[in-house]
Amino acid sequence: MESRRTGGDVMYEVRFHGRGGQGAVTAAAMLAAALLEEGKYAVSIPSFGFERRGAPVVSFLRCSDREIRQLTNIYTPDCLICVDPTLARSVDIFSGLKPGGTLVQATNKPLAEVALSPNVATVGLCDAIGIALDIFRKPITNTLMLGAFARTTGVVSLEALKRSLEDSDFRDAGLKQNLLALERGYHETTVHTIERRVAA
Amino acid sequence: MRHTAYPMFNLKQADVPDDLSPVATEMSPMLPGDWRSMRPVVNRDKCVKCAVCWLYCPVQCVEEKPAWFDFNLKTCKGCGICANECPQRAITMVPEAA
Amino acid sequence: MTTATLEAAQQTKPAKQKVMLVEGNEAAALGVALARPDMVAVYPITPQSSLVEHVAKLIADGKMDADIVDAEGEHSVLSVLQGGALAGARTYTATCGPGLAFMFEPYFRTSGMRLPIVMSIVTRDGITPQSVWGGHQDAMTVREVGWVQVYCETVQEVLDTTIMAFKIAEHHDVMLPVNVCLDGNYLSYGTSRVELPNQEDVDAFMGVKDVNWHVALDPLRPMAVDPLTGGSGGKGPSTFVRYRKGQCRGMQNSLRVIEEVHAEWAQRFGRSFAPLVEEYRMDGADYAIMTLGSMTGAAKDAIDEARDAGKNVGLIKIKTFSPFPVEALLKSFAKIQALGVVDRSVGFRWNCGPMYQETMGVLYRLGRHIPSMSFIGGLAGADITVGHFHRVIEATEQLMSGPAPTEPVWLNEKD
Repeated sequence: MESRRTGGDVMYEVRFHGRGGQGAVTAAAMLAAALLEEGKYAVSIPSFGFERRGAPVVSFLRCSDREIRQLTNIYTPDCLICVDPTLARSVDIFSGLKPGGTLVQATNKPLAEVALSPNVATVGLCDAIGIALDIFRKPITNTLMLGAFARTTGVVSLEALKRSLEDSDFRDAGLKQNLLALERGYHETTVHTIERRVAA
Repeated sequence: MRHTAYPMFNLKQADVPDDLSPVATEMSPMLPGDWRSMRPVVNRDKCVKCAVCWLYCPVQCVEEKPAWFDFNLKTCKGCGICANECPQRAITMVPEAA
Repeated sequence: MTTATLEAAQQTKPAKQKVMLVEGNEAAALGVALARPDMVAVYPITPQSSLVEHVAKLIADGKMDADIVDAEGEHSVLSVLQGGALAGARTYTATCGPGLAFMFEPYFRTSGMRLPIVMSIVTRDGITPQSVWGGHQDAMTVREVGWVQVYCETVQEVLDTTIMAFKIAEHHDVMLPVNVCLDGNYLSYGTSRVELPNQEDVDAFMGVKDVNWHVALDPLRPMAVDPLTGGSGGKGPSTFVRYRKGQCRGMQNSLRVIEEVHAEWAQRFGRSFAPLVEEYRMDGADYAIMTLGSMTGAAKDAIDEARDAGKNVGLIKIKTFSPFPVEALLKSFAKIQALGVVDRSVGFRWNCGPMYQETMGVLYRLGRHIPSMSFIGGLAGADITVGHFHRVIEATEQLMSGPAPTEPVWLNEKD
């Protein structure tokens, strides 16, 4: 199939930032599964290394209406999902973000205290750690952040996320908790639009 | 139970090309007993059938007889281990007859 | 048919295939399960680890009926499989990098004994400088051992090719072990949409299993397997030559068999992949770039953009690397005036990429001289991006008007 990309970007690129053990890599795969439910094409790739808890990890997700061919890292994402509240201090998560881009951040701080870059136009904030401790009693934020992503961008629907979760290997209590996490992540995210002065 | 030999695999009959896996199907006519220079001889009165020689023989050529153990000279290499190990010193190595 | 343009197969599709989202390692495991091996032997090694975990899980869940041997090391893994194959089992394993190095002794023997073992190599770069990431160095290092080697571009291709590999390996005109190479990280852990063929359709495709018709450890068919051969006296030299020529014959036959198996796959399952060499937008191309493996995806995007900008550039992708598809490449090279070859590994002896070194041999047979150059990129998990491919395209274009560089271009030298 000779698919050609005509003028106009049909591809949506998401970059996940997290720490090893928080499920950032799994989140990208789960999001891909949900996008598949909606009939889209999605490819996710992790950027892996020596796996250990706490090490910064990145994973990449591309979403498109057409077959996605390039299997590379994402250098100019449309959206960033940061599942860890402290990561932005040590890692430049905003590198390459497209102007008018979106940030979905796990944090309990108000907007004024969240570090942003000039290219961020939409921000979704969710106290994912707090809610995760409530639901799982562990700070695993990935499903919560997927709900937050759905709420902030609308690129994927909450229903598709739930369907993909039900089709996955999760069962019983694990499934119930994660479905609840999707719901709460979705509903307990505040979305802000950043007004920017046009650069001279 | 005596082993009955099955016929060797015949490549032509099995329609297998001769340049695939390297296999050999012709038995060599040589026997280990062909190059023996010393041969074991057992003193049947001294032998108590303790089977130590049978146990140690590296080519398993020791055969059980009614009141003693003897050696299959087709296979025996003449290594002398049996004579060395026999607790009764019943075995002697003699030069192979000319 | 030596090259295939990718058109959707018009033939009848089988029963609706299940759509899933899986990582390449899981796709390979699912392919293995569908091929119904009798015995698998496993040892984990990054980035193959989840592949053997998926295989073990499929067996534990009863979805795959195979004996699994959890050997103590890769040397034992392949040795155990040799015994299994000699007993008539359909066998499979996966490895890469240092694991492949550890199993080199039985790896060398498998092709000489003409055992149809299928092994996935989740390609990984050479171990030193210390690296756990993808590259092609491990599979490239063992390209001269007599195994058939094919490289996959997408996760779907990994699944389909893993099944096809058994049929290719066990074909009576081939009887050679097959490596299915998938790029570490990009394909192994990259998740993507696949269609899973049905078991009944795969069973019909695979036909009757016949693994050790030609050599066996079988008391009912006594034979000495791999006896001492060669030497300078008697029949030694001619016997040894006979077997080596046989290996070469099997390798050359595999070119045809790989095409036939791919054609049958396309007809049964509605998915076609170029079996030896793929041409992408080569019609009217003045020059071309050449790729191997998953880097091709970004390369195709770059070719599209370059074509939109008016450049007459095409892409040639090798799927079957071993045996080297000389005739197919000659057909593609006949169309162009310049060639840039992108390698994901290093050829230390020629100071260029290994695929480029082999391509030079084909160019020698072309009958006319066309300038070419080597690019080396994507080592140890580095990306070869669309941007990199634009540099490749521009540099290859320069070949038609300027001098050809004698040194390779190292794509990730600065980034």
